[in-house]
Amino acid sequence: MIQFLIDGLVNGSIIALGAVGLSISYNVMRFANFAQGEVMAVGAYVSLGVLALMGLGIGKMGPVSFGWPLLVSILFSIMMTSIVVLITDLLVFRRLRDKDSSRITFIIVAFGISLIARNVIHLAAGGDQQFYSFYIPRAVQVFEGLKIVPDDMLILLITVLCVVLMHTFLNRTLIGKKMRSVAENPSLARVIGINVDQVIRGSWILGASLAAVSGTLHAHITQLDPEMGFELILPMFAALIVGGVTSIYGAVLGGLLIGMSEAIAVAIGWSSYRGAVSFLILILVLILRPHGILGEKERDA
Amino acid sequence: MLEILSFPVFFLIICSFYAICCLGLNIQYGFTGLFNVGIAGFFGVGAYTSAILSGPRYPDTLIGGFELPIILSWLAAIVISAFSGLLVGFITLRLREDFLAISTFGVAITLQLMALNLESITRGPNGLYGLPKPLSDWSEDPVVDNILFLLIAFAVIAALYLSLERIYKSPWGRVLRSIREDESAAEAMGKNVFSYRLQAFVLGCAIMGLSGAMYASFMRFISPQDFMPIFTIQVYVMLIAGGKGNNFGAILGALVIWGLWSASDSLIALLVTPDFQTQAAALRLIIIGLVLILMLIYRPAGILPEKKNAGVFR
Repeated sequence: MIQFLIDGLVNGSIIALGAVGLSISYNVMRFANFAQGEVMAVGAYVSLGVLALMGLGIGKMGPVSFGWPLLVSILFSIMMTSIVVLITDLLVFRRLRDKDSSRITFIIVAFGISLIARNVIHLAAGGDQQFYSFYIPRAVQVFEGLKIVPDDMLILLITVLCVVLMHTFLNRTLIGKKMRSVAENPSLARVIGINVDQVIRGSWILGASLAAVSGTLHAHITQLDPEMGFELILPMFAALIVGGVTSIYGAVLGGLLIGMSEAIAVAIGWSSYRGAVSFLILILVLILRPHGILGEKERDA
Repeated sequence: MLEILSFPVFFLIICSFYAICCLGLNIQYGFTGLFNVGIAGFFGVGAYTSAILSGPRYPDTLIGGFELPIILSWLAAIVISAFSGLLVGFITLRLREDFLAISTFGVAITLQLMALNLESITRGPNGLYGLPKPLSDWSEDPVVDNILFLLIAFAVIAALYLSLERIYKSPWGRVLRSIREDESAAEAMGKNVFSYRLQAFVLGCAIMGLSGAMYASFMRFISPQDFMPIFTIQVYVMLIAGGKGNNFGAILGALVIWGLWSASDSLIALLVTPDFQTQAAALRLIIIGLVLILMLIYRPAGILPEKKNAGVFR
């Protein structure tokens, strides 16, 4: 059982990272970005491309099969994914903002973009499953009945690191504080001279960077295929809502909860319903505590 | 002579399933501004309900073999999809509007998993076969069968169109539109926004369920493959292209977009070698996505924009 919970923790932390990225766009741009899963997939595929170009494998560092080539590819992937979302914003979302389109229009457009992105990946990289490396990391026996894969521990560590970085960024830097004020009240933020467009661009980059990291990590411990983002979007939204949309810690907590629940579902033999677990939890939370575990009641604007 | 009609009749029948879904979505999205991402799910609920109630007894399922009259199975499909819409709507419609989008997205995924895995009811990926088709014992000729079915579909569309036109102009429809335009204003006028939203959502889901039931009876076979998320996107593209809020636009959009879709089918089969068929299919989905986005940016009102009669609602 502990074994399953650790697997759940690792999957959950990847969902959590994605959900934190999602919460940035949800709070700053105020719409549910259904294309965030595809941003993760783009990130994962860029890493795959960079790894293939370098041709050095993913490298190795002590006990973990996570060497500098993978690190380089993540950094490159952050850059490329940010450029892709900024171009999308320029071509599509900025026009919608200029026209003062409704929130629903934004969501439908995000749906369209996710459909396009999935199929562009399909055309560019093929529909088959792919892997960063065929090396299977060896599990280390911690004590009787518990084996830990060092790579999994590294993923937990990276997640914690990203969340700490995010916290520092949002609370200590000027652009982070601007983001929070736009999230709080966009018109007031504009009135006091905050460049809202700049803040929105910043939040796209932030969301895309988190997506690139989590997408690559996800692909590292599982595999890549064009549908990977589509399969992650529901768990990520569930994590966001379960935790409470206004809080990044809520998203982390929600992600871990969803990951663990999925692991439990698999452990008790419901693996074919794994995809429905997040929906079930989502509905339960919406009934019992619609503002999420850590969320605050939304103020009426 | 009838052979020539075979393809256009088939085309129009498939088109009418989409048109009925578009009319259902028009109540939700067009009139009231609700974003339902689970169209494929509610369509599937209707299809499976009618298939299980009207279909034969299968050796490997626990329930079934009721062999009810088709019309009863269609009515049951309407009731069951309305009920599932009621459940989802009751939980989410009080909350932020995007919660409905996320929840209905989850509904569609969960229902598809159930269709795939509840093998003792749905036969999983093998699907339900041998379903009865209405009026099919009137003639030996399958083309005549299809023409008769098309007449039924036309009658359903006509009835829905006329009722929705009435609803649109009725006081009830005006409240829905006022909620879409300004929720707080509607609330201030003493309207129970939640209740109206729920009514509109349930009505739309019921219509989608009817479309699914008709689909099951026409195809005589359904499997989880028929209820993929792409179906939902297709219906949105149709409604938005046709003109959201305009009932005639909803029907026209289904006709135009399904026309383009099947034309591209034939074109792909004709021009593309078998090795590149999947690439061509991906390209077509990219184009569908682009049509959706370009419409929303440059012509959000669609081909036939909604006639905003009174100046009150702009």
